[in-house]
Amino acid sequence: MRSLRPDLAIIADMIPDGARVLDVGCGDGELLEYLVAEKHADGRGVELSQQNVNACVARGLSVVQGDADADLSEYPSHVFDIVILSQTIQATRAPRTVLQHLLRIGKRTIVSFPNIGHWKVRLALLLKGRMPHTAALGYAWYDTPNIHLCTISDFTALVRETGGSIERAIALSEEGSTHAMQPDAWGPNLLAEGAIFLLSAGGGTRAVL
Amino acid sequence: MAETGNPRFLRPISAPGADIGRAITFDAPLALDAARTLGPFTVAYMSYGALNAAKSNVVLVCHALSLDQFAASPNPMTGKPGWWDVMIGPGKPIDTDRYFVLCANVIGGCMGSTGPAEVDPSTGNPYGLSFPLVTVRDMVRAQAMLLDALGIQKILCVIGGSMGGMQVLQWAASYPERVVSAVPIATAARHSAQNIAFHEVGRQAIMADPDWCGGAYQLKDTQPAKGLAVARMAAHITYLSEAALQRKFGRNLQNRESVSFAFRPDFQIESYLHHQGMTFVDRFDANSYLYITRAMDYFDLAADYGGVLADAFRGAQTRFCIISFTSDWLFPTVENKKIAHALNAAAANVSFVEIDTDRGHDAFLLDEPEMFSTIRGFLNSVAASRGVE
Repeated sequence: MRSLRPDLAIIADMIPDGARVLDVGCGDGELLEYLVAEKHADGRGVELSQQNVNACVARGLSVVQGDADADLSEYPSHVFDIVILSQTIQATRAPRTVLQHLLRIGKRTIVSFPNIGHWKVRLALLLKGRMPHTAALGYAWYDTPNIHLCTISDFTALVRETGGSIERAIALSEEGSTHAMQPDAWGPNLLAEGAIFLLSAGGGTRAVL
Repeated sequence: MAETGNPRFLRPISAPGADIGRAITFDAPLALDAARTLGPFTVAYMSYGALNAAKSNVVLVCHALSLDQFAASPNPMTGKPGWWDVMIGPGKPIDTDRYFVLCANVIGGCMGSTGPAEVDPSTGNPYGLSFPLVTVRDMVRAQAMLLDALGIQKILCVIGGSMGGMQVLQWAASYPERVVSAVPIATAARHSAQNIAFHEVGRQAIMADPDWCGGAYQLKDTQPAKGLAVARMAAHITYLSEAALQRKFGRNLQNRESVSFAFRPDFQIESYLHHQGMTFVDRFDANSYLYITRAMDYFDLAADYGGVLADAFRGAQTRFCIISFTSDWLFPTVENKKIAHALNAAAANVSFVEIDTDRGHDAFLLDEPEMFSTIRGFLNSVAASRGVE
């Protein structure tokens, strides 16, 4: 078995063998390659950087150059077992629309993101009065691609608003340890550095676009 | 159906010892989109590598407008290396140690497959303009008959650039069950108004040449060499990018210190184009040029599917890899991306790669390492999934 980054390993664990998977923002294809090789996934990727796309295709992965904001609308509904949006939602222009598309395209959706509600971030802003710099968010305010940062509570609220239901929620700590969490509880929102959600379109309240 | 060793070339072979390939003549007529039939007809082809016992290692290469079946071996007319020698061969991206590579001359062509320069058996004279209009779909139909004749059911990969890419798309749409994977390169699902316009300039140049003789120049033992050369010169400009022209020629003068104040080819770019035009007429038939450009103009894959391109690929199990080039303004990235979008909408398995180069449309024929690594990686993955060693 290859070793994956801890957050990607959690995502990989959520994916059943032989699933049809769309990885939106697949980067250099690390997760996708793992899923194809180890989970026998029918894996596809969408990636913004053409350089990353070309590298993925040369590795034998099926990846198209595209943009989560612009290109998800063309995919038909319910064609993937799992749609993954890993560490990308905070960089989209319209996270709500993107999430609605993800819930529509996939039978299940996995979203991971850095938690801006983490106590260090809160403290940095409170004490220094400057936009926070963390390991997960290592950009200055003026050049960050992360234009729509959210807390775990913010994301939980958005999922409810879009009619999605939360099947699993996992908190990621700084050291890479992970544990299941209650997304509505105040604790994880303060203590988790990141989160991974497994979502489905929800009982009869499918997101209407 | 009869197999012959020799394609029936129009002109004498000038590269002695070159492999001139094979040809199959079909007695059953080819049903054409123009509601006519063509028969008997011949398909001339070349093959490279060996067909495996399971017949599962077939790579079908589709050629572009002015090219032919000599993709990976010296051209018997010119003696020059095959037009895709950089791509096809032992250890190359399309590895002939692994794959059985087929390339057939298109119907309407002039390198042994039946085209307007061939003799019409019903009159005993060359077809000329009585040759029926053929389409990209007709070309693909003829190739499918060739594969049937060779006992090949499935194609591991159908690949080609420009008009070759149109054939690739048509193959995937017409015979989805036969095509395991498809690599359309620098192409479009329909010919644009601008591209039709360039073709019309070329055709008018041929037809304005008095030696064209209404298409019956063979009977007068002549050919519209000037018209065809002008057509080729105009087309050749569209194959290159402005940046590449500037880099290669700039405003450099040809064998002179200053301009001549006359209409001689003062500039290097002029003499380069003249050379391109002149060498083209030695190897290509003018009427063939008219017919094949027309076939490209008529190509509009979505039109056959109610205007919805995605419907051309609905339910396809084929894996696609689309490749475009940043400086290609003849078949720009946006046209290639439309194909990728349609395939996404059909939930097809698609990759799309844009390669950064300043060499224009012709980049698909050149040494482009990123194109090679893309095709090598894609083919490896497809071959592995089908158990091709």
